[in-house]
Amino acid sequence: MRSLAMIRWIASAALALAAVAVQAQSAFTPPDELVKTVMLEVADIIAKDKDIQGGDRAKTISMIEQKALPHFNFLAMTALAVGPAWQKATPEQKKRLAEEFRDLLVRTYASSLTVFREQNFDFRPLRMKPTDTDVTVLVRVLQQGSQPVNIEYDMEKTTRGWKVYDVRVAGISLVVNYRTEFANVVRDKGVDGLISTLATKNKSLASASTGTPASAPATAKK
Amino acid sequence: MSAGLSILRAVLLASVLLVATGCATTASDPRDPFEGFNRAMWTFNDTLDESFIKPVSRGYKAVAPEPLRNMVRNFFANIDDVFNGANNMLQGKFLDGWTDWFRVIVNTTFGVLGINDVASDMRLEKHNEDFGQTFAVWGVGDGPYLVLPFFGPYTLRDSGALILDWELDPVVRARPIALRNTLIGTRFISKRTDFLDASALFEQAALDRYVFLRDAYLQRRRSLIYDGNPPRPPRPQESQE
Repeated sequence: MRSLAMIRWIASAALALAAVAVQAQSAFTPPDELVKTVMLEVADIIAKDKDIQGGDRAKTISMIEQKALPHFNFLAMTALAVGPAWQKATPEQKKRLAEEFRDLLVRTYASSLTVFREQNFDFRPLRMKPTDTDVTVLVRVLQQGSQPVNIEYDMEKTTRGWKVYDVRVAGISLVVNYRTEFANVVRDKGVDGLISTLATKNKSLASASTGTPASAPATAKK
Repeated sequence: MSAGLSILRAVLLASVLLVATGCATTASDPRDPFEGFNRAMWTFNDTLDESFIKPVSRGYKAVAPEPLRNMVRNFFANIDDVFNGANNMLQGKFLDGWTDWFRVIVNTTFGVLGINDVASDMRLEKHNEDFGQTFAVWGVGDGPYLVLPFFGPYTLRDSGALILDWELDPVVRARPIALRNTLIGTRFISKRTDFLDASALFEQAALDRYVFLRDAYLQRRRSLIYDGNPPRPPRPQESQE
């Protein structure tokens, strides 16, 4: 009798958990809507923020960290960029690699955000099956006198919602484009060599951005 | 036979000769067997860009207001559309081809000789095609990666197709020579100016700028050949969170 009660209790607890899980699953924003919401929000912030428009990198980076980065899976992105050597890396090395790669991507691409204009976006609706767990969301940037530029987000369904693991701009993957470079460094200096190379690169980018603040607004001028 | 074309021929011939005379040294990438030669040419182009082309482009951006720069870009883009259309036809994409040619008619008339891209406002979208892409669709492989002096990154197939692109280009055929040179120069600076932000980004992003640019170029060409939908390689196994 006691064991039956126990089983019942466990069963109901499991059911309750499952219900919560299902609810969480269905509560995930669909990937195309998520991309649209985040991009419009970021464009809106930029449109209202004179500092970011003027090329304030620190402010841009902290805005991106708050608004966009939670929707990226940097471990998966780094795995994609590192390629076969990823399998041989220790968990600690993977963590360090992902941190440095994340910093590199954020530092380099934050500056390009000043040209974000929401009216140029053409958000393409995604045709997906409910069972799909790996999709590509397409946003096109329309501009006069040239072919529309495709921005594609490869996204994967995780336990914490849909996460981006690759971004392609005009067909060029920001992640895969590092593969040869990373492989070359790993071949010559090993995984730790790649970590220190990335760390050095990030330090030089950080000092360059604080060292010459006057250079950024000159190119970012509208 | 235009002079512009003979310059191009000379550049291509000199490149082939230089490659043939054995700069093929440290070929770590199978797509880039002439890496030694290509790196030398890339350095040459990069120096030229830094010391001359980039400053001129920055000056153009500073002096010419955006509406004027748009007009200049549109004018040359309108000429390109004639060949976008031809290449779409040759690739069997007839609807795209007719769209391109209709764009030319609309933009040349209502857009005043192409300086206004009214066709895009009418949702007639621009395409990006060239003879290199057409040959690729016909089944010609990329061939080795090749950095041409002055012209920049190409593949062997695309540098062959470049001869056709130039042979038929009305800007290259324009006369008198002074006008032709002005047009070629203006078009080049207009295009370079559009890439100022992107190239600055690349310089920041890359660990090895030569490799980064090469891989980006090859990815971009592949995307263009497949009109934005290249078959995706299988995703390698990776750790889950």
